[in-house]
Amino acid sequence: MNTLVGTGSLVRLVLRRERIQLPVWILAITGIVAATAASFAQLYPTVQSRVEFAASIANNPSVLALSGPAQGLDTVGGMTEWKYGAVACVLVGLMAVFTTVRHTRADEETGRHELLGAGVVGRHAKLTATLIVVFGAGVVYALLIGLALAGQGLPAAGSFAMGLGIGGSVWFFSAVTAVAVQVSSSSRAANGIGGVVIGAAYLLRAAGDSAASDGPRWLSWLSPIGWSQQMRPFADERWWVPALYVAISVVLLGVAYGLVGRRDIGAGMLPERAGRATASPALLGTLGLAWRLQRGILIGWAVGLAVMGGALGGISKSLNSILDSSPQLAEALQHIGGQQSLVDSFMAAILDIIGLAVSVYAIQAALRLRSEETTMRAEPVLAGSVARIRWAASHLLFALLGTAFLLAVAGTVTGLAVGLSQGDVGAQLPRLLGAAMVQVPAVWVLAGIATALFGLLPKLVSLAWAALVVFLLIELLGPLFQLKQWALDISPFTHLPKLPGGEFTATPLVWLVAITIALTAAGLVGFRRRDVG
Amino acid sequence: MTTAISVSGLRKAFGRTQALDGLDLTVTTGEVHGFLGPNGAGKSTTIRVLLGLLRADGGRAELLGGDPWRDATELHRRLAYVPGDVTLWPTLSGGEVIDLLGRLRGGLDPKRRKDLLERFDLDPTKKGRTYSKGNRQKVALVAALASDVELLILDEPTSGLDPLMEEVFRDCIARERQDGRTVLLSSHVLAEVEALCDRVSIIRSGRTVESGTLAELRHLTRTSITAELGSPLSGVDTMTGVHDYSAQGNKVQFEVDTAELDAVLRKLTEFGVRSLVSQPPTLEQLFLRHYEVEA
Ligand SMILES: Nc1ncnc2c1ncn2[C@@H]1O[C@H](COP(=O)(O)OP(=O)(O)OP(=O)(O)O)[C@@H](O)[C@H]1O
Ligand SMILES: [Mg+2]
Repeated sequence: MNTLVGTGSLVRLVLRRERIQLPVWILAITGIVAATAASFAQLYPTVQSRVEFAASIANNPSVLALSGPAQGLDTVGGMTEWKYGAVACVLVGLMAVFTTVRHTRADEETGRHELLGAGVVGRHAKLTATLIVVFGAGVVYALLIGLALAGQGLPAAGSFAMGLGIGGSVWFFSAVTAVAVQVSSSSRAANGIGGVVIGAAYLLRAAGDSAASDGPRWLSWLSPIGWSQQMRPFADERWWVPALYVAISVVLLGVAYGLVGRRDIGAGMLPERAGRATASPALLGTLGLAWRLQRGILIGWAVGLAVMGGALGGISKSLNSILDSSPQLAEALQHIGGQQSLVDSFMAAILDIIGLAVSVYAIQAALRLRSEETTMRAEPVLAGSVARIRWAASHLLFALLGTAFLLAVAGTVTGLAVGLSQGDVGAQLPRLLGAAMVQVPAVWVLAGIATALFGLLPKLVSLAWAALVVFLLIELLGPLFQLKQWALDISPFTHLPKLPGGEFTATPLVWLVAITIALTAAGLVGFRRRDVG
Repeated sequence: MTTAISVSGLRKAFGRTQALDGLDLTVTTGEVHGFLGPNGAGKSTTIRVLLGLLRADGGRAELLGGDPWRDATELHRRLAYVPGDVTLWPTLSGGEVIDLLGRLRGGLDPKRRKDLLERFDLDPTKKGRTYSKGNRQKVALVAALASDVELLILDEPTSGLDPLMEEVFRDCIARERQDGRTVLLSSHVLAEVEALCDRVSIIRSGRTVESGTLAELRHLTRTSITAELGSPLSGVDTMTGVHDYSAQGNKVQFEVDTAELDAVLRKLTEFGVRSLVSQPPTLEQLFLRHYEVEA
């Protein structure tokens, strides 16, 4: 057991370093769940009104793909789970990944780990302490969400089932990350693996939930986010499903602990290859350096978005097959808005979410400036004959052009996939590519916010992430909470033309570009005047 | 004689910490200038101001005839910098970093680069994250020494080097001086300072407390004398500059300000010197006197 010596004091250390972030995460997500339930109770007070709501969405695959299976929608609890369950799992998943990496791999890189490791601390103590805290946070989520919903008079069983699904997701994603930090070569890569797993989990259940009854519905069972819904909170709960979280977490943790002993601190499992002895001409200056530092993330995102676009092609096919196999349904839908507009509204919603996702890249790429600065790597570069603006611009080029490139990839692959499955590539490709590209100015605003913070308030750059979360919540939950128009208008995504299908207007795009230019310029001017370091 | 660096009354505060509090520093072209002071004295801060990374709150700083903040880009073509704590990009090899930093400064001499890699025994194909502290430092040193610049600014460049490499480093700096380059060397290694520096400046709490050649600084300190004389000594204990005087029969022991050494020795010879041991002040004593906080 001596590999666990010191775990207790490390738990306290982790808790101390997390004393603000962790409670904020927990209270924010619990608060949103509780507020969602309260607002559904107000909007749909009677069973009759809820049944009508359920009927309006039950056969709409696009809505099912975004939220989850239509079950228990005649209850307020069921509506809450349906609307917010999957989103909450994604958010707590991010929390689990970031927190687990921060206290394991990231600490190894900064050398903090060695400082501790040299004291009386066992080999497994750091990982164990981190997992105790994050798994503990999962338990707290389960209890608080259960209490918050039951406290509003919702059935206790459903309330705690929903809490368990969200808490179980924390466990799963933390356990996955525990493995990722062992095999990856850096904390950045470990965060990336965690993010990909979360995205895949969301997509798998989207594909499964929107599949036709004879389609691949089993896909939902491959996803831990799917499990939280297959537990059927508020709809005749399946209490054996949480056992899946426990079982898979145990297996993953076994793998992680097995790997701990096999690698050296600071190293990944994969051996380091030798590099070039001299720099290639491509590494000529700041732009070449920025490309070397940013290309991995950019290529990773491009591949991820291409896979996602391909998956969307599959969903769009099943969308069509449902309409084909059920003439009455197709007729009913055509009555509402025409077959084309159903697929279109689905695609518009998906591209909106892709835009929000690419914003993560844009902020990441822009804030590379700050991480280069705080790790002191900017210092030798700026001590060369390099104007500050030129150095900053090299990285911002990737934040801005990289964003456009990624959305072009997403639009092209989605257009090809949808076009091929519907047999009219010539029509779908330009429409969907265009619809993806209108997201660009909104994403740029986030890059602009990150740049402005970097130049003017460098210690507060993480507020850029807060801005993204606010925009995300406005996009996903704004209509539900019946926010006033001015509140919806805060998000740049509100102003985008709803493409494909909607009407194209250039004016808001021009405004968003103008705002981006202003924010970026403010950031650059601020950076030129301030201290570096 | 032109000045490469001229700083006067430099002030810089970080929040409530006054890091530089009226600092003066003059480095003459062609000299190796030692920059010393206890931890937190403000050496790195001064260097960052000189590099235009920090903006001074007050005072005057001139570097190679230009303004370090305003003319940073042009000035940086003519200087090379080695930070005290070198962090490299994890995925770039040492050779790539050397070339990149060289190019950002306007190019480096491939022959010198090859020669330095050999002398420092550095493998340029390793990735940044796999280098040890000393090897990271060597990467930055090779990048700086291989470029053809007028001024080298080195912030504790040898803090991670082993004694063998430290020797190589001294050799390189000696050669730089022969070639007429100016070096500002911040260091805690006194032997290194003694071996390399023409002049030194000692700072404490953001202020310059002493500046001059080592000989001049020694001049301000005391030599300790132990002597055996032909007859009991008298009259020396009251001479100016004599301290800690003790006598036992014909044997005496005391310390004397180096400036008064001549006069005191003349006096001793009047009593017939049988044996004499004089100990010049060690560099350690010299610095400790300046480093210690005055009560
Ligand atoms: N970015 C900063 N923010 C706040 N305080 C700083 C910052 N940089 C330096 N200081 C403070 O300024 C003072 C001078 O620091 P500096 O790094 O210049 O010392 P130094 O002489 O280089 O010390 P050492 O020998 O340890 O390298 C210290 O008190 C330090 O804490
Ligand atoms: Mg220093």
